[in-house]
Amino acid sequence: MLTESRKGAIEPPRDLWETKKNGLVIIECPQRIPCNPCHTSCPTGAVKPFSDINDQPSIDYEKCTGCARCVAVCPGLACVVVDLTWGGDKDALMKLPYEMLPMPEEGATVDCLNRVGEPVSKGKVIKVTEPMHDKTHVVHVEVPKDKVMDIRAIRVVK
Amino acid sequence: MNLIEQHPVLDFKHGKLVTFTFDGQEMHGYEGEPIAAALHANGVRVYRETPIRHQTRGFFCAIGKCSSCFMVVDGVPNVRTCVTPLKQGMQVATQKGKGVVSMDVS
Amino acid sequence: MVIGGGPAGLSAAIEAATSGCEVTLVDSDLALGGQLIKQTHKFFGSKDERAGTRGFKIAETLMEELEANKDRVTIHSNCTATGFYAEDGVVSCVHGEDDYFRIKPTRIIMATGAQERLLPFPNNHLPGVYGAGAVQTLMNVYGVVPGKKVLMVGAGNIGLIVSYQLMQAGVQVVGIVEAMDKIGGYWVHAAKVRRMGVPIYLRHTVKEALGDKIVTGAVIQEIDDKFQPTGAEVNIDVDVICMAVGLTPTCELLWQAGCQMAFVPQLCGYVAQRDKHMRTSNDDIWVAGDAAGIEEASSAMVEGRIAGLGVAKSLGKIDSGEYSKRLAEFARRLADLRGGEVGAKICQGIACCTVNEWGV
Repeated sequence: MLTESRKGAIEPPRDLWETKKNGLVIIECPQRIPCNPCHTSCPTGAVKPFSDINDQPSIDYEKCTGCARCVAVCPGLACVVVDLTWGGDKDALMKLPYEMLPMPEEGATVDCLNRVGEPVSKGKVIKVTEPMHDKTHVVHVEVPKDKVMDIRAIRVVK
Repeated sequence: MNLIEQHPVLDFKHGKLVTFTFDGQEMHGYEGEPIAAALHANGVRVYRETPIRHQTRGFFCAIGKCSSCFMVVDGVPNVRTCVTPLKQGMQVATQKGKGVVSMDVS
Repeated sequence: MVIGGGPAGLSAAIEAATSGCEVTLVDSDLALGGQLIKQTHKFFGSKDERAGTRGFKIAETLMEELEANKDRVTIHSNCTATGFYAEDGVVSCVHGEDDYFRIKPTRIIMATGAQERLLPFPNNHLPGVYGAGAVQTLMNVYGVVPGKKVLMVGAGNIGLIVSYQLMQAGVQVVGIVEAMDKIGGYWVHAAKVRRMGVPIYLRHTVKEALGDKIVTGAVIQEIDDKFQPTGAEVNIDVDVICMAVGLTPTCELLWQAGCQMAFVPQLCGYVAQRDKHMRTSNDDIWVAGDAAGIEEASSAMVEGRIAGLGVAKSLGKIDSGEYSKRLAEFARRLADLRGGEVGAKICQGIACCTVNEWGV
């Protein structure tokens, strides 16, 4: 399946990830394409400068604050923030980009989809933000902790 | 009309709503937008018939290059409806074959 | 004269006008901006190419820059350049469908873009078989629903992006068929639609369109690496078959001008031979954007700048030092845009049609 045949997902270092409040970003950008807004939008320098604009993004996880600006800015919608410190043993919080209708409502239950669009769990919408005020929304959704490396989209359930 | 009511990113600013006729039937469309767009919004997809095999033709390239969308507009055939702006009272008709060019020069 | 008001043409007009030239811009569409005005997705590239900004917003910025030079720029919209008469350097134009006039420009920048290809298959004439760009125009410019269920043919960037845009417009994309064994577009564009559940059938093609007067369905089929059918025919229920099978540069005026042309597969067809200044074999004609080779809006904008700059230099509006400096900057930006794995193919193509120096 073409979304699995490339090394898409790079996980943050476990110790840091399990303790970093507000979460850390995962950027699934496996190709060398000319693009660097993830770096130019990052307020802390966590997405390191590109020596060549075609380089894949490289992340300094110590600096990542989970602000999700890159999530909103990425033209490929390739960034997602995962907060493993959220809610107990079972749940995590994911911050996913969203540019569709209908807009998810706070408190609503949505379907959480994997990279090939299969629903793998339900999720509860905690909040919806629009960091760059440009119609790309970031949906903060509570999901099962063991599914964070599968879930990459949500679908509003009517 | 089959218009997109809501869009996550775009806001559609249509101009003035006008009336025109298609094969004699009155329809509505937006002034200044291509005739082809107004027809499509009204559910009309067949714009002309080819001369020999009478095959249907309609929208294709939308940039005035392919000739698929030719129709008779206010009596003039071979009008590129995808780049011709709609005006109040226009009479648009399905073109059958090559169309007839009026020999009157005005 | 700049022929074509898309990203390349607008950029060329802006560069030429800000350098001091009098510019006449003609564009055959009702609104300027070419294909940029339909792009709802955010662009790649760097800050210089306005990465992270939606295509239609980039178009707005270009229009504002052009407007700032309005004393030197005359714009003819809804105006098609219909021919170039090499014997006296005249361009014939038609405003609308029957208002003809002629222009005799000192220099010309051909930024005429590209046109969609079509695959041959039975019933491909049926209304409902639409070019991908055409579907974008309907839904993103005029807010008209293109159909209810779409089969997308082609998994290059255009096929993937338009599929996503169809979903944003509330239209169902039943599937994407791609004849090759891999997607041609960026992985991230494919990921965006796959995660919404749109299937991509590799090594598949559309075998025929179904319907009497309009499209009511399509037959898709698996093919092998020689494009021969291998699998069963599958009927699917669609009312739009969207063709995203490639573009080809629009070069008629360049041929008419007698420019030296070359067939370059990597650039998707016949293109004009040019030098690094984007000047053709005709001393007075420059070329930029998709007309110079199918690529992207980001590079079209930079090529447009280079052409506008070159024209300004040839008319003595800027000196050599200034010219060399700005050309080098633009060339660097182009090289960056073409530095990735997708850009490698473009570079090969460009090498096939670039001559050493016709100079400026």
